[in-house]
Amino acid sequence: MRVVEIPSSLDYRNVDAVFAEVAACGPGPILFDARRLRWIDPNGMLALLCAGQVASANGAVPRLSLPTTGDVVGYLDRMEFPRAAAGVFQPPHQRVRRTPARSSDVLLEITAITTNSDVHEVVDRVQSRAGAILSRTLHYPAPAVVQFSVILSEVCQNIVEHAEGPGWVAAQRYNWTRRLGRQVLVIAVSDVGRGFRASLAEEHAARFGDRWGDVTALEAAFLMGLTRFPDTGRGQGIQQIRKQVSRWQGLVSIRSGAARIADSPSWHPSPPVIDGLPGFPGAQINIVLPEKVDD
Amino acid sequence: MTERRDHARPAQGRNGPATIDVAAIVADTIASRGPNLVTRPTGRAVRQIIEQRLARMSPAPIVLLVDFTRVRILDFSCADEVVAKLLLRYQGPDRPRNVFFLFRAVGDMHRHAVEEVLGRHGLAAVCDVGGGFQLLGPATAEERSAWDTLERRERIGARDLTGVLGDRGEPLVRGLARRRLAYRSGSGGAAALSALARTL
Repeated sequence: MRVVEIPSSLDYRNVDAVFAEVAACGPGPILFDARRLRWIDPNGMLALLCAGQVASANGAVPRLSLPTTGDVVGYLDRMEFPRAAAGVFQPPHQRVRRTPARSSDVLLEITAITTNSDVHEVVDRVQSRAGAILSRTLHYPAPAVVQFSVILSEVCQNIVEHAEGPGWVAAQRYNWTRRLGRQVLVIAVSDVGRGFRASLAEEHAARFGDRWGDVTALEAAFLMGLTRFPDTGRGQGIQQIRKQVSRWQGLVSIRSGAARIADSPSWHPSPPVIDGLPGFPGAQINIVLPEKVDD
Repeated sequence: MTERRDHARPAQGRNGPATIDVAAIVADTIASRGPNLVTRPTGRAVRQIIEQRLARMSPAPIVLLVDFTRVRILDFSCADEVVAKLLLRYQGPDRPRNVFFLFRAVGDMHRHAVEEVLGRHGLAAVCDVGGGFQLLGPATAEERSAWDTLERRERIGARDLTGVLGDRGEPLVRGLARRRLAYRSGSGGAAALSALARTL
């Protein structure tokens, strides 16, 4: 059995290591050994689910071992990770809590997005908790809950409209004491659909010629607002997400194929585009909204 | 009106303009717990219902108020379908019927989404975002000034166009009417859509 070691801390900064290992795996059983896991964020959890899906698609039988003790166990439960994992890993994970404890830190438990009804459900569900976290914790003005809901709607629709594959969304508040000295809200959206390059290829690849690839596809969508639909009304979602996240001085990045593109705020300096990453067939969107501080 | 079939004055009644309560459509047709207008299929469904209702109305020209007041979340996909694509459908000479649209939205929460989708299509619309009707979307300074004047005066007779709006009054009103932002009568006079709506 092939074993994929999950690091003790898994978030948006190191999920590529997991994808690199999965990409090297062929058919047969794969164990995702997460017993050493001590900390994980929504991006990490969704990456585990996506990695399991990718392994399945490659003909493997993915299995998952989670830690049995420690704070991370309760956190995984609160985010309803076991329930989501039960649909991905074999055999279905045993410890599925039916009534997860509510935590004020959890904005949105891991939620599968496959239809537009799921998007409605997510938007309806987050209203009260989003209002509390955005206003009391991040100190955003009251209308921010509406703008946040629009962002959530648009990122989730990206799965339904463009990925043509299953996806998940999750959101959680953190206190990034050491990293930023502020509270943040992390929103993760991942799918194992066909990715930006394949989604846009039919409509746009020809005009880019030899330059067409993961980077140009991400730039086309992220910077130019292009979509696979020949409709000028399309492609606003990502553009509006970028604008709003920028107003809140947040981070937004999209990872698809072998590339990542990002709008990085001053508190998170990073290259706007990274190429040559381990292949990932779908898309991951990571949004980090920081607590508002007075200038 | 500039188009032959638009010469008739909009139908008038005594109880205000025909109004579409968008939140009611959402509640009746979409499986949603909240008054949230999100996702493109939902927006498309709402637009189609509005079009179906328009098709059942009297064929006389009308001013239709599309009211988002009870809608909480309006995302860009829905704004594109329910505002921009609705306007596009009824703007050109091949429109299925002669209808002028007014929109009523909720302050900045909806205004931003509406303005973005209008800008994307190069459209403008008359919208009440609280505090009276405004012209949203791209327009030249000249168009905006003429529209503001017409909105303030409610009606301008054909003979007064030049005096009130300047030498370019007549072509400006014609342009606003072509963009469905004002009503231009067969005699050449102009009326603000909001004024028509108040008297309908």
